Amino acid sequence: MLPASNIPDNNSTSCVIARNLDIGYQGEVVVPQINFELTCGQSLALVGINGSGKTTLLKTIVGLLPPINGEIRVLGNPPGKNPHQLAYLSQFHDAGFILPLRVKDVVQMGRFTEKGLFGRMTPKDEDIITSSLQRMGIEDLRDSPLRLLSGGQQQRVYMAQVLARQADLIVLDEPTSSLDASGRDLFSYIMNEERSRGAMIVVATHDIQLAAACNQAMLLAHAVVAVGPGEEILTPEALLKTFGIVLLYQGEDKGVGIVEREHGHD
Amino acid sequence: MDTFITPFSSNSFMLNALLAGVLVSIACGIIGTYIVLRGLAFIGDALAHGVLPGIAMALLLGFPGMLGAAVGALVMIGGISLITRRTRLSSDTAIGLLFVGMLALGVVIVSRSSSFSGDLVRVLFGEILGINPGALMIQLAATVIILVTVIICARPFLMLCFSPEQAQVAGFNATLYHNIMLALIALTVITSFQTVGTLLVFGMLLAPAGAGALVARRVQTMMIWAAGFGSLSVYVGLLISYYFDLAAGASIVLVATLIFFMVFFLRSRPKSTFGSPQIG
Repeated sequence: MLPASNIPDNNSTSCVIARNLDIGYQGEVVVPQINFELTCGQSLALVGINGSGKTTLLKTIVGLLPPINGEIRVLGNPPGKNPHQLAYLSQFHDAGFILPLRVKDVVQMGRFTEKGLFGRMTPKDEDIITSSLQRMGIEDLRDSPLRLLSGGQQQRVYMAQVLARQADLIVLDEPTSSLDASGRDLFSYIMNEERSRGAMIVVATHDIQLAAACNQAMLLAHAVVAVGPGEEILTPEALLKTFGIVLLYQGEDKGVGIVEREHGHD
Repeated sequence: MDTFITPFSSNSFMLNALLAGVLVSIACGIIGTYIVLRGLAFIGDALAHGVLPGIAMALLLGFPGMLGAAVGALVMIGGISLITRRTRLSSDTAIGLLFVGMLALGVVIVSRSSSFSGDLVRVLFGEILGINPGALMIQLAATVIILVTVIICARPFLMLCFSPEQAQVAGFNATLYHNIMLALIALTVITSFQTVGTLLVFGMLLAPAGAGALVARRVQTMMIWAAGFGSLSVYVGLLISYYFDLAAGASIVLVATLIFFMVFFLRSRPKSTFGSPQIG
């Protein structure tokens, strides 16, 4: 566990700090007592099975879910108050197969927060869009209809939209789930680039290698199993405690119920 | 050529019908595009039918039908958002519940009044051949309001189609813009009930936009296609109705539905650009 934060206030605008944070839906706690802090250029990986609370924490950080108890400050404000500094990639994306959009239209949405309702796209915005496409290796798909792309290509498009935001805090929900090996390598490379320009990254993932590459990792199983530097906390014991549930899932049906009672919260 | 022009040039009621129909088609093309892209078909349907008791009540009490339709739409939208916010029921359940409730209320009100059956048919199927200049102006105003609002809200609306959560995080109040969109759907339904009727306005919202979705590569072009398909349906539907003495509103929606299926079959033929295999 991290010690309680001693970061002075003048630094807190470039941080995400959670203290004794309870998160969940409609007053029901999914994960209690979360403590962590993240500063410029750092990354945090959330690791855990489906339903362990990863997405709940991400949605709390970006302001889509109100915290139930405790405190969370995002870039010096309560969550949701810094849209200009924030990029969020959710786990959705059935939309990609319906919407009549070209790749560049999707990436251009990454500039909407900056431009508001009426601001015109300038050559600078065009440059940002082009470089985002280049960095994700999809520049030649620029004018392609989104719905004709494969799942992995669509995911690259959504990542390009995230890059086009030029955010200080990047929050990603399983961004590599439909990427192939080369896509994952590219993703790791891009994340390092973003960190080296000072951006913070919070990423929910099933990919232990990706988690190990982050400055910090948090193991979630309806409770914080461990949080800290990846090499310290990604131990076999902690992973067993986090993913032991997987074994139960694969075993008898009752396993799910037992886990709920162990880690759930009333 | 005269066959295709004379009905409109020599009958002012046909010309008014065409003008009103084209205005409805533009409004329905724009709003229908969002309904198709956001999967709001059910709420559009519910609104189209939920306004019935409002209209019936207004006609019974001697108020303008449009006023009653507006009240009905407000009750519908308010009820849906109340149920979905206060309970864990999905919006489908809330919409369905209010939909049948309002429809039943409408029928009950109508059945109470014996002199009402003619009005009911008019409400359900519109009276596009009896459009007066005043109604035409109201339709024009509604279409302009819809056009201007959509231009102002183009970015948040696009983000809502993409993902309401992304819109919210990007700093656009997702609830606000969703409600504006619902209000525009309601406005479309309320004003169009005089032309194609409450029963058929829904067809004009869905069929042209559905066909547009099969053809267009961008949201704006989808709207233009939808408005075009809708206007074509109005023109052809009115001609058919004129020469074969068929119900005008129903003919228009029938043509719109046929156009959708024609586009669908043309587009799903192999080797068409849309049906090409997935890249990668």
